[in-house]
Amino acid sequence: MGLAGKDLLSMRGLTVDEIRLILDTAESMKEVARRDIKKVPALRGKTLINLFYEPSTRTRTSFEIAGKWLSADVINISISSSSVAKGESLKDTGLTLQAMHPDVVVIRHPSAGAAEFLARRLAASIINAGDGAHEHPSQALLDLFTIREKVGRLEGLKVAIIGDIAHSRVARSNIHGMQKMGMEVRVAGPRTMLPRFVERLGVEVFTNLDRAIAEVDVIMMLRLQTERQQAGLFPSLREYSRLFGLTVERLKAAKSNVLIMHPGPINRGVEIAPDVADGPYSLILNQVENGLAVRMALLYLLAGGGQTG
Amino acid sequence: MRILIKGGRVIDPANTVDEILDLLIEDGKIIQMSRNVSGDTLHSTGRGKSSKGSKSQTNGIGPIDRAMDATGLVVCPGLIDMHVHLRQPGREDKETIASGTMAAARGGFTAVCCMPNTDPVNDTRAVTEFILDAAKREGAVQVYPVGAITKGLKGEELAEIGELFEAGCVAVSDDGRPVMSAELMRRAMEYAAMFDLPVIQHSEDLHLSGRGVVHEGFVSTDLGLRGIPSASEAVMVARDLLLAELTGARLHIAHVSAAESVRLIREAKTRGVRVSCEVTPHHLALTEEAVHGFSTHAKMNPPLRSEADRQALIEGLRDGAIDVIATDHAPHTVQEKEQEFDQAPFGVIGLETALAVTLTTLVHPGVLTLSQAMGKFTSEPARILKLPKGRIAEGADADLTIFDPTREWEVDAGAFASKSRNTPFHGWRLKGQTVATLVAGKVVWEAS
Repeated sequence: MGLAGKDLLSMRGLTVDEIRLILDTAESMKEVARRDIKKVPALRGKTLINLFYEPSTRTRTSFEIAGKWLSADVINISISSSSVAKGESLKDTGLTLQAMHPDVVVIRHPSAGAAEFLARRLAASIINAGDGAHEHPSQALLDLFTIREKVGRLEGLKVAIIGDIAHSRVARSNIHGMQKMGMEVRVAGPRTMLPRFVERLGVEVFTNLDRAIAEVDVIMMLRLQTERQQAGLFPSLREYSRLFGLTVERLKAAKSNVLIMHPGPINRGVEIAPDVADGPYSLILNQVENGLAVRMALLYLLAGGGQTG
Repeated sequence: MRILIKGGRVIDPANTVDEILDLLIEDGKIIQMSRNVSGDTLHSTGRGKSSKGSKSQTNGIGPIDRAMDATGLVVCPGLIDMHVHLRQPGREDKETIASGTMAAARGGFTAVCCMPNTDPVNDTRAVTEFILDAAKREGAVQVYPVGAITKGLKGEELAEIGELFEAGCVAVSDDGRPVMSAELMRRAMEYAAMFDLPVIQHSEDLHLSGRGVVHEGFVSTDLGLRGIPSASEAVMVARDLLLAELTGARLHIAHVSAAESVRLIREAKTRGVRVSCEVTPHHLALTEEAVHGFSTHAKMNPPLRSEADRQALIEGLRDGAIDVIATDHAPHTVQEKEQEFDQAPFGVIGLETALAVTLTTLVHPGVLTLSQAMGKFTSEPARILKLPKGRIAEGADADLTIFDPTREWEVDAGAFASKSRNTPFHGWRLKGQTVATLVAGKVVWEAS
C-alpha cells in the first residue's frame, strides 16, 4: 500500500485511501518529531530541492525541517517571481535540476499548473507546495490531520471556510480533501471574492458570516491579501473586518466548542481578532506543528520506498 | 493552361449550386461550367488523380493540359480566411508569408486576410505594400492585408486609413487589441465609412478581462485560473453595435465566442444595423473543458467558453446571426507555448484544420448542410470584404478548392506547412480533407 503516482499535485487527484495512508503515516512521524533526537535515516542519501518562486517562510521551512529529520539532503532555491520574465524558463530550470538527480522537488509557483508542468517533465517526485490559486495539497492534508487528531474523526463534520475563496489554493485543496473524507463544506466571503459557479464544487455558499458559522464544527479563516482593496474587491480593511472578521463577539453565532483554524500568516485584527487567534479553540499552532509530520509523511511515502507505482 | 475538373460535386453557395458539373479553366478563369463538358473521350487515371503531359483531345472544347477527375469529391469556390496572422514582417520565427500561405493552400484556402499586428504594425502604405509584394513573390495564395485602425495599434490616433485603403487594405482592425475608447471607435467608423471599409473589432473590455487567461466559468474556478467573463466581449459588442447604428458604418465583430454576443448581433441585424461577424473552428469544436491539464494549446483570446456558448455559436451559424467561419490562425513558437499556462501567449493555428474540423463537428453530424458551411468560408467573407471571389461562374477567377468530404485522417502538427505547431487538434481524427487547391487556375497545392 502506497501512493499511486510519483507526485503529489492536488487533493483532487488523491483517493480516500491515499489520504488515509498519508494521515496515518503522519501519526508515526509526529512521534519522531517529539523525540529528543529528531532524526531517522529513512531518506539518507536522498536529495530534496525546495524550489520557491514565491516568498514563503512556513511552508519552505516546514519542508526543509521535515526533509532534514528524515536525513535527506535539502537544498533551497528561491527565485523571485519578478525575475522570471527575464530569467530562465520553468522548463529549462526543471531540466537543469533534473540533471542533478534530485529525488523530490517541492515547488511553489504563482502560476496555476506549474507543479503539473514540472511533473510531466521530470523523473523526480514533484510536491506541489502551492501553484497560483489552484491547489496546496500539503496544507489541506495538515488541516485534515489536525482536525482528525482533535476530534477523532472527519466524517460528518461541518466546516466553514471564510474569506477570499476566489484566490485561495488553500480553500480549493481543502474543499476537495474534506469532501472526500466525508465532511460538509461551506464557503463564505464577500461576493467579489467568491468565484463563479463555486457551488458546483459541492459547497454551500454564504455571504453572511453569522449564518456561515452557525452549527459548524470547524471555522477556517483565510488570509486577506490587502492588495485586493486596490483591485476593487473590498472597500476597506475596516469594512472587511466588520463584515467578515472573526471576533469573540461573532463567535457567539457558532457552537461553543467550535475549532478555529487559519493557514497563516494571520493578519491580526483583520480576518481574525487576536483573542480568537490565541483563544482556547484555536488550532493555529497545532497546524504548524502538524505540518512537519504531514510533510515528513509525504516525503517518506514519495521518496522513502512507500511508493507502489 | 487549360484544366478540366471533371465529375465533381460543385457547391457554390453564392449561386445556390449543388450538382455534379465539369469546370473548364483557361488563363486563370472558369470559362465553362456544365454537365459533361468533355464528352466521354477523356481518359482519366482514377478518382482524385489526373492525366498530365500530352494534351488530350476532347469533344468540342479543344486541347487541355490537364484533366482532374473529381468524381466523389467536392469542388467549391476557394475558401477565404478573413482572419489570419502571417507574422511577417517581424516575427518570421513564428510564420512567414510563404509558410502561412502554404498552410492556407493545404487547408483549402485560396485567400487570406492578414491582421496588422506585425512588427512594424501595418499602419502605413509602406507596410501594406511590403506585404503585398512579398505575397506576390512568395505567397501560395492571395493575400489581402487588413490595416490598423490606430497608429501602432495604440488606440490613440487614427492610422492613415485612406492611404491604407488605396494601398490595398480590405478592412481595418486593431486586432489583438480592442479600440477601448468609444469616442475613437466612433470616429474610426465614420472615417472608414468614407471608403466603405469594414471596421473589424476584437471585442474585449480590457478592464473586465483584467489579467484573465481562460473563460470565467466553472473550469476557471476549479483550476484557480483567472477568468475572462463573457461580458468582457459582450459589453464591447453592445457598445459597438450602438456606434454602428449611430454612424451607419460597417462593423465586423471578430471571433465571437459568447452566447450574449450572438444574441446582441442577431437582434441588431433585425434592426438593420450593418454588422457582420465571424466564429473560429476552435470555438465551434471545443469548450473550456479543453483547459484541463493546463494545456496551453487551449489558451486563446477570446477563450474557449462553455458548452452553452458553443451551442449558441452553432445556432448563430444556422440562423445567419454569424456570417463567417475564420480561423484567427495565430502562430506561436514551441518555446513560447511550452510555459506556465498564464505565461504562455494566447492563440492557436487553424489554417490546416479549419475545413476538416468544420466538416467533422458540424456537417457530418447534420448540424449544417455542406452548402451552408461552405458559404461561411466563401461567399460570405467575399461579400463582407467586397472581394471578387468566393463564387463559381463562367468568367470568374478559377480560385477553387477540391476536397474529399469523407476521407479520414489524423492531425499531425509535425507535418504542417505552417512554421508553428500550436494546434489544439493534434492527434484528432477528422473526416474531410483537401485534395487540391487552385488559385487563378494554377494548382498551388495537391495531395500526393
